[in-house]
Amino acid sequence: MSDKALVRARAADIRAQFENAGAQAVETSVLQPAEALLDLYGEDIRARAYVTSDTLLGEQMLRPDFTVPVVQMHMAHGAEPARYTYSGEVFRRQEEDTTRANEYTQVGYEVFDRENPAAADAEVFSLVKSALGNVPLRAATGDIGLLMAAVRGLATTSERKAALLRHVWRPRRFRMLLDRFAGRVDLPEGRAALLEQDDPMQSGIPFIGLRTPAEVVQRIETLRADSVAKPIPAVQVDLLEALLNVRETLPFALEQLRDIAVDLPAITEAVFCLRDRIDEMSKLGVDVDTLEFEASFGRTNMEYYDGFVFGFYAEGRADLPAVATGGRYDALTRVLGQGNEIPAVGAVIRPEILLQLEGSK
Amino acid sequence: MTIKLGVPSKGRLMEKTFDWFGARGVSLSRSGSDREYAGKVEGVEGVELVLLSAGEIPRELSAGRIHLGVTGTDLVREKLGLWEQKVETLAELGFGGADLIIAVPACWPDVNTLDDLDAVSAAFRAEHGFRLRIATKYHRLVREFMRENGVADYQLVDSQGATEGTIKNMTAEAVADITSTGDTLRANHLKILSDGLVLKSQATLFRSRQAALSDNEREVLKVLIEQLDLES
Repeated sequence: MSDKALVRARAADIRAQFENAGAQAVETSVLQPAEALLDLYGEDIRARAYVTSDTLLGEQMLRPDFTVPVVQMHMAHGAEPARYTYSGEVFRRQEEDTTRANEYTQVGYEVFDRENPAAADAEVFSLVKSALGNVPLRAATGDIGLLMAAVRGLATTSERKAALLRHVWRPRRFRMLLDRFAGRVDLPEGRAALLEQDDPMQSGIPFIGLRTPAEVVQRIETLRADSVAKPIPAVQVDLLEALLNVRETLPFALEQLRDIAVDLPAITEAVFCLRDRIDEMSKLGVDVDTLEFEASFGRTNMEYYDGFVFGFYAEGRADLPAVATGGRYDALTRVLGQGNEIPAVGAVIRPEILLQLEGSK
Repeated sequence: MTIKLGVPSKGRLMEKTFDWFGARGVSLSRSGSDREYAGKVEGVEGVELVLLSAGEIPRELSAGRIHLGVTGTDLVREKLGLWEQKVETLAELGFGGADLIIAVPACWPDVNTLDDLDAVSAAFRAEHGFRLRIATKYHRLVREFMRENGVADYQLVDSQGATEGTIKNMTAEAVADITSTGDTLRANHLKILSDGLVLKSQATLFRSRQAALSDNEREVLKVLIEQLDLES
C-alpha cells in the first residue's frame, strides 16, 4: 500500500474505534468560510491556514482543523449529549519550518455533555490513549482552568482581571501586564504625561477615523481609574507564579495545588475539578500515579482550550509534532453558539506520526 | 554564460544603484530609448543587467533566475519565507532608507505604545463588533511583529497605496507603512507608536542562494565581488 493509503486505513481504523465508543461519524467541507475562523482566531490564523477566494463566496480557508465546523454543526442542530468522530485532511501553512507537513490527516473525537465534565475529560483521554496502541509515548497534561480561576481571584479591579484573562494564551504580554499591575515596572511611555493633562482632548489636532472622541474619553477615564488602583499584592503574584511552576506527577501536583489553594482560595473549585478528573481517569484504568501534570502546559499553542489540556509525544523525538492533542473548550461553544453554550472536550490523533513511530520501533 | 544582476527599473532607486556601482568602477546604464528595459554593464566582464520592478526582485532571486539583485530589505523579508536560506546579504547600499512603522491617528492622546494599541483593540472590538483594522501591504512582517509583541483583536486590511488616507476614509483605524521622513504621516494627522518600529529597511545587494553557477560564472562572480570590494 502507498503511504497515503496506509494513513487512510489507519485513520479509518481509529475512527471505527471511536464509533464503537458511541460516537457518530461526521463529515465537514474542506472549504470553510474565512470570516468565522478569522473572527475566532484573529489575524494569526492567516499565518497558519491557506486562504483562497472567489468572487461569489469571498474568502475561504482550506480547513485548518475540524473542531470549529464540528462545533458549529453541533450548535446549529445537535442533540444532547453528543459524541462525534471524524477523519480527514487538514491544511496548515508551514512558512517557518519546511520539515513540518502542510497537509495531514486528523482523526478526532469530540464530546458535548453537560452532566459530568470530569468523566468526559477522562473518557476522551483514555480513549485516545488506547487508540494510540503500544508505541512508547510521553503524556503531558495541564489545566488552563486553574490559571483562569487564579486570575479571577486576584485582589484587583475587574478591568485588570479581564486584561489578564484576555492574554492567558500570550504568556509574554500576560507577564508584562502582571508586572505592571503589581507595580513592578514603570507605566508605558506617555501614560504619565497623559494623566497629568487636565483636558487631553483639547489638543487642536483634527479628529479623524471611526473611533469616536467618546471612545477616547472613555479610555482616558479607564486609565485614570487604573492609575489609582492598588497594586496586586506581591504575595498573590508569588502564588500565581508558584501555580504556573507546578510540574509533577498528578498526585504530587494535586497536593501542591491544594497547598496553594489555602492561600489562594479562588482556585479551590478548579482543584476539586482536577481531583474529580483524576478519580475518573483512575476508574478507567489510567495510571495516574505516573502521569505528568504541568500547570503552564497548553498556554502557547492552544488558544480557546480553557480547562483540561493534554498531549502525547514521542520520547526523544523533539523533531516530531505531538501524536495527539486535546482539551476542553467550553468557551468556544459560547462564542460559536450565538447565545447557547455547552461544555465540550475533544482530541485529535495524527495517524501519519503514529505510523512513522511504529515503523521506527 | 553570464551573471545576471537585477536592478530596479526606474526612479531614484535605479539612479542611486547606478551611482553606487559606478563609484566602484562598474558602470551600469540603460541602453536604447528611455522606455526600453534593457541595460548594459561596463568595467567587468560577463555580467548582464536585468531591469525589473523592485517588488519582483525578491521572487526572481528566490527562483534563481537572477544571481544578484538590488532591492529593499523590507521586500525580501515580506515576500520570502525563510529568506536567509534563499538569499545572502552582500552589501547595504546606504540609500533607499525607510522604516516600516505602526501609526495611529494623532488625535488619540491615549495611544502611544503597542500596549495601548492592544488595549484599544479590545475596547474597539467590543464597541464596534469587529476587530480594529490596520491597513498595510506588509502582511507577513506586521503579523509576525504583532504576534511577537502580543497584540490581539486587530485585523489587517490590504492597502497597496495611499495607505495613510485609509483612516480618514474610515476603511482602517491604524496603518503599518514605510516612511522615511514622516512627512506624509504628519500631513495625514497620524503619529508613530514609540515602540512601533517593525523593520528598518534600505536598498541592499543580495546574492541568490538558489541560482546555479558554472565554474566560469563562479569566477565572474568572484571578480565582481572583488571589484565591488565586498566580502562573501
